[in-house]
Amino acid sequence: MAELTRRHVVVVAGGISHERDVSLRSGRRVADSLTGYGWQVDLRDADASLLPALRESRPDVVWPALHGASGEDGALRGVLEALDIPFVGSRSTSARLAWDKPTASALVARAGVRTPRSVTLSHDVFRELGAVGVLEAIAVEHPVPLAVKPARGGSAQGVTLVEDLADLPRAMVSAYTYCDDVVVEQLIRGTELAVGIIDTGDGPVALSSVEIVPKHGTYGFEARYNAGETTFFTPARLSSEFAQAAADAAVAAHRALGLRHLSRVDLIVDGAGTPWFLEANVLPGLTETSLVPQALSASGFDLGWTYAELAEQAIRDHGN
Amino acid sequence: MTNGNSLDPWYDSYAQRTAGLSASEVRALFAVASRPEVVSLAGGMPYVSALPRELVTGSIDRVMAEDSAMALQYGGGQGLRSLREHIVDVMSLEGIRASAEDVVVTTGSQHALDLVTRLFIDPGDVVLAESPSYVGAIGVFRSYQAETVHVTTDEHGLVPEALREAIANLRTQGKRIKFLYTIPNFHNPAGVTMSRERRIEVLDICRSNGILVLEDNPYGLLWFDEPAPQAIRSIDDEGVVYLGSFSKTLAPGFRVGWALAPHAIREKLVLANESAVLAPNSFGQYVVNAYLDAADWQGQVDTFRGIYAERRDAMMGALGEFLPDLSWTRPDGGFFVWLTLPESLDSKGMLPRAVKELVAYTPGTAFYADGRGGGNIRLSFCYPTPEQIRVGVKRLATVINDELELIETFGHATRPSAVSESRSTVVAPPPNVS
Repeated sequence: MAELTRRHVVVVAGGISHERDVSLRSGRRVADSLTGYGWQVDLRDADASLLPALRESRPDVVWPALHGASGEDGALRGVLEALDIPFVGSRSTSARLAWDKPTASALVARAGVRTPRSVTLSHDVFRELGAVGVLEAIAVEHPVPLAVKPARGGSAQGVTLVEDLADLPRAMVSAYTYCDDVVVEQLIRGTELAVGIIDTGDGPVALSSVEIVPKHGTYGFEARYNAGETTFFTPARLSSEFAQAAADAAVAAHRALGLRHLSRVDLIVDGAGTPWFLEANVLPGLTETSLVPQALSASGFDLGWTYAELAEQAIRDHGN
Repeated sequence: MTNGNSLDPWYDSYAQRTAGLSASEVRALFAVASRPEVVSLAGGMPYVSALPRELVTGSIDRVMAEDSAMALQYGGGQGLRSLREHIVDVMSLEGIRASAEDVVVTTGSQHALDLVTRLFIDPGDVVLAESPSYVGAIGVFRSYQAETVHVTTDEHGLVPEALREAIANLRTQGKRIKFLYTIPNFHNPAGVTMSRERRIEVLDICRSNGILVLEDNPYGLLWFDEPAPQAIRSIDDEGVVYLGSFSKTLAPGFRVGWALAPHAIREKLVLANESAVLAPNSFGQYVVNAYLDAADWQGQVDTFRGIYAERRDAMMGALGEFLPDLSWTRPDGGFFVWLTLPESLDSKGMLPRAVKELVAYTPGTAFYADGRGGGNIRLSFCYPTPEQIRVGVKRLATVINDELELIETFGHATRPSAVSESRSTVVAPPPNVS
C-alpha cells in the first residue's frame, strides 16, 4: 500500500443522541486507527466548542463518527459544507435521504431493488383517526410477521419484531419513544446481511458481505454491542450467485441514495436468493463489534490505511 | 466453508457467575448524562465541589512530608490503625461502640460488601434485601450466584411482618438464608429511613432465626432535620456486620470504606481483603487519616448536609409543582427520592424519550433482582443545583405527560411483566455519571 501524506484530522464523535455511547466507541476506534497510521488526530465531541475549534485549527479533513440524528441526518455535514471543510462520508442531502427509512426505501425501490411492503405512521394519525381503526387497517394490508421501527434512528433501538397482532400496540409505543414517525414493514425471513461499501475514487465497491446470526433472539442492541452474542460469517454463507446479487443490490442502493465514500447497506436475502433492502447507513458502526470493520478486515483492508484513504478521497472530492 | 466468528473466542469459557454481565441499551443511554445540556437526576455522585481543595491538598502535603515512605508502600491487610481509630470515632456518632481491632479498611464500602458476600455466599444461597435495594449490592449478590429475595418496605423501612413471612416461606422451601442486607438510613434508592422500633424488631427476628444482618450505612451522617435513629450495630455487636464509607462525607475518589465485624468474621475479612487487593489503598488511607486529624471534618459534613437539604427541598418543590398527581418518598437525608409512576407507564421503556428531552433518571428496574420496578424512578438530588433540579423535573414531567398521551392513544399499558426482558444485569448508570 502506498504511504499517504500525514494529515491533521478531527474525528467528531459523541453528541447528544440515543447513540452517543456507540458513537464514542466508533470515534475512538477511528481515532486510534488514524493515530496508529501516523496522522495527527483530534477527537472532539459535537458540542459548542467544535465549530470554533475547527475554524481555528482548519484541519485537513473531518472524520464524522457521530451516530444518531445530527450526525447522520445531514445536519453536521451541512455545517461542514458551510464551513468549507472537507469531510468523510456522504453529503448532507444524501445523508438526509438515507436517514429517513421510508424515503430511502422509496428511492432504492425505484432503482430496482426489492423493498418490503411498509407503511409509515406518525403519532398524530393515531390520535386523529383512533388507534383501533388504524391498527385494524394496518393488519389487513400488512399481516404478521412485521418489523416495527422508528422511521429515523440506528443501532436497532426501538425495533420490535411482531409475530402476534396483539403485540403491535406495544411495539408502536416502543418505537414512538424514539421517533415521532414509525415504520411498520413486512418481515422478510432469510439470511440477514450487512454489505459495506467503500469508494476511494474508482466508484463504490461492495466489501465481503457479513452474515449475522444472533445467538439469542434478534440482532438488537445487546447482540450488536456485546462480543460473543452474535456469530458472524464473512463472507456470508451464500452461493456465489446469491452473494453477487446481494452485492449488486447494495451498490445500487448506495448509488440510488447518492452516498459517498463509505456506507453500509442492510439486506435480507430470501430463500430464492432475492436481496431485500432494509436500510442504508451513511455512518456505519465502527466499533470493535461492528460489521464494516469486520468486512474490511475480511476483504484484506487495513483499517488505518482504509480510514486514511477515505479521508484522502474526501480531500480530493472537496469542492467537486 | 466459512467459519463463524463471534468476536469473543472465550465466550464458552466464562464462569457461570458472569451470566448476564453485559452492557445494555439502557446503560448506553446514560452516556448522554455527561453532557452539560442534560440534567441528570440519575447518578449518585456526591457534590465534591463543596469540599475545599485546600483541605485535601493540605492533607496530601502533610502525608508526603511526614509519612511518604509508608503512604507510598503496601500497607497491612486490615488497614492503617490510626485511621481505624478515627473510624471508631465516626461510628460513635451513630451510637456504635467498637474497637479499632474490629474494623477492616476496604477499597470503598462496595468492596467490603463484595468481601462479605464472598465469605458467606455459596451458589443458591439466599440474601434477603429490602424492596427495592441498592443496585450495586444486587450486582454483587448475583455475581456470587445468590438468590436475592426482596422484602416489603414502606415509609418506615423494612416491614418486620413481611420479613417473618419471607423467612418462613424460604425455610419451607428448604432454602438457606445467609444474611439480611439493609440500608436503614436514607435508603438508596427509596429514600426512607427505618424507624428505631423496626430496627429492634428486625434485629430480633434475624437473631432468633440465626440470620446475620449486613448493615450498609453510607448516608447516615447526612441527615437534614434531625439525626437518624442509632445504627442497628449499636444494638447488637455479634449479629451485625456494619459497612461504612467516606465517599459521601468526604469524597469517593479516595476509595476508602470499611467493615466492622465480629472478631471471627473480621479475621476472615482481613484474609479475604489481602487475597483480593494485597492491601487497601495506602495513599488514600493516609490522606483521609491526615484530613481527619487536622480538618474540621464534622463541620464539613454540616456543610454537605446544608447543600443536600437545600437540594432535597428543591426536588420536593419541583415534584409538587410539575407532577402533583404522582407520589414520591420524602427523604430526611441522603441523596434519593423514589417516584411512583402512573400504572400504565414503564420507567425503563420511557428512558429514550427522556434522553430526547435532555433529562436522565434511573429506572426502578435497576433496583430489583426479580424484574420489578418498572413503575418507579429513582431521582437523585445530590449533584445538580437547585435550579437544575427544577429544570430536570419539569422536563421529566414533559416526558411523563407525553408518554401518558401515547399510552392513551393506544389504550394499552406498556409495562412488561415482572420478568426482565433483557439478559443484561447492568441497567443503572455507571457510578461516575452525574
